[in-house]
Amino acid sequence: MVKTPATAMTSSVEAVASKTASFDLQNVSVSYGSEKALEGVSFYIEPLKVTALIGPSGCGKSTLLRCFNRMNDAIDNVSVEGLIALNGQDIYAKAVDPVSLRMYVGQVFQRPNPFPLSIYDNVAFGPRTQGVRKRDELDEIVIDSLKKAALYDEVKNSLKKHAFELSGGQQQRLCIARALATKPGVLLMDEPCSALDPISTGMIEETVLHLKESMTIVMVTHNMQQAARISDTTAFLLRESIEEPATLVEVTDTTTMFTQPNDKRTENYITGRFG
Amino acid sequence: MTSAKIIARVANMTKTGKKEVITFSDYSSKGARRVEVVVRAFTAFCCIAVMALVVFLLGYLFIQGIGSISWSFIFDSPRDRMTGGGIWPAIVGTLWLIALVSAFALPVGIATGIYLAEIAKQNKPVRMLRVAIANMAGVPSVVYGLFGFAAFSLAFGFGKSLLAMGLTLACVTLPVVITATEEALKQIPKEQRQAAMALGCTRARTLGKVVLPTALPGIITGAILGLSRAAGETAPILFTGVAFFAPVATNITQPSMALPYHLYIMATQPTTPAPHIVWGTALVLTGILSITNVIIALWRSAKRRKLQW
Repeated sequence: MVKTPATAMTSSVEAVASKTASFDLQNVSVSYGSEKALEGVSFYIEPLKVTALIGPSGCGKSTLLRCFNRMNDAIDNVSVEGLIALNGQDIYAKAVDPVSLRMYVGQVFQRPNPFPLSIYDNVAFGPRTQGVRKRDELDEIVIDSLKKAALYDEVKNSLKKHAFELSGGQQQRLCIARALATKPGVLLMDEPCSALDPISTGMIEETVLHLKESMTIVMVTHNMQQAARISDTTAFLLRESIEEPATLVEVTDTTTMFTQPNDKRTENYITGRFG
Repeated sequence: MTSAKIIARVANMTKTGKKEVITFSDYSSKGARRVEVVVRAFTAFCCIAVMALVVFLLGYLFIQGIGSISWSFIFDSPRDRMTGGGIWPAIVGTLWLIALVSAFALPVGIATGIYLAEIAKQNKPVRMLRVAIANMAGVPSVVYGLFGFAAFSLAFGFGKSLLAMGLTLACVTLPVVITATEEALKQIPKEQRQAAMALGCTRARTLGKVVLPTALPGIITGAILGLSRAAGETAPILFTGVAFFAPVATNITQPSMALPYHLYIMATQPTTPAPHIVWGTALVLTGILSITNVIIALWRSAKRRKLQW
């Protein structure tokens, strides 16, 4: 890849990086090779809100989520059309550096994936990538991030412990802390509780509710109760047949979605009639 | 069988102390259990046979060779028309070769493995390259010897020297190192790469900070196995610079003795047979390679313990 000057790369994202991040999607389509997975998705993701993406398996929720930090770039053959604007800036524009974008748009994955390092080094990984070297500065970021992820009290005496010694729920909160350490404006969560027990799930949901005070959160979930509990806005995606790409059926504030959905298909899904 | 019947039979079993199989339906797994017993017995037998072979081989070698091992056998040069003295120049020659092969084959092989696994687009030419590398591992070592003689000794003008031998052995080792590197990199879960990427790592940083450190034990293990394979080879050095008799080599432009070749000539063509030298040489060669392998195996298992996904 041709390297563009560092200033040109970072400026476009940093210029639009602020505490209140919003996404504007206009007619977004995603294809794997010649097969269209997702078509014509348009909606607005409000700043400092939790937006839940729901829908049956294979409806393109995770595919859509991966567009927000351009993680799809790493997969061969994926092409994204339409406009995805972060604070007004098209993130697929040529001048945008995906690496700096991902520091501003953090992600937590379905299964906990800590690095084979200590708890401290896991959280410090992002800041170190950003060039933070000073010990006290790193200490501060690590402790602050662990506190935000509601893990600090459990690990404050064992920050040097290997991350793999933590339980699954703790590992997932560690991954949240790790994502927070780069000070993102957006946090993407791809079914972050699907591999966890109900108690760990509860802790993570509580964390999410705290985090939305300072960042915008987009969460994919299979768990409708979870969407109802913690999200402000819910978007329902559906792929109606294998031949057709998935589409956005409905997007509305969560209460409306779960009490009086506009679309018959939404109602069927949330009442458990299919999917 | 009714539950009352089962209870009665269990009670009977505890009373008489006799063990019988309780079935809960008309289906009996007798046949399946018999297959299991046979499979177990057969695999266990093969495993024991292999273990016995290894013990016999090493034990026999040890018993035959240990009598020859002495300070002077290791640190002296051959004397009395190769019927006495020691094997020091051959030991030094083999150590030289190990060093040279490490210097050539490890960097090139590991870099190639990284490129194939991490950087190259997985398209047809790359797949063909992979097949070619696999085939390289299947080329007989004497053919490498001939190639090394033509290429390094003659065309490059290195003559009969440690350098020519080292390069030839490096060619023998390369496919092993490349394959080991690729395999080790493939073992790293993709979630690890995604995690690094999502934190804003470039591909190079992901590779350097996450993927390579984790894959390193596997890479090194494969590389050392390839290296010890090379150190024991005779054919590739036959034409490229190994000597029947030479003083201790002091630089890489000289021809040199080497343990496997020394073993070969002492066993096949001495004027006066000296079996104690043959066995002693075999024991020293095997000893050097076994010790290296054991150290590496221990190191790897210590590292692996920290990497349970």
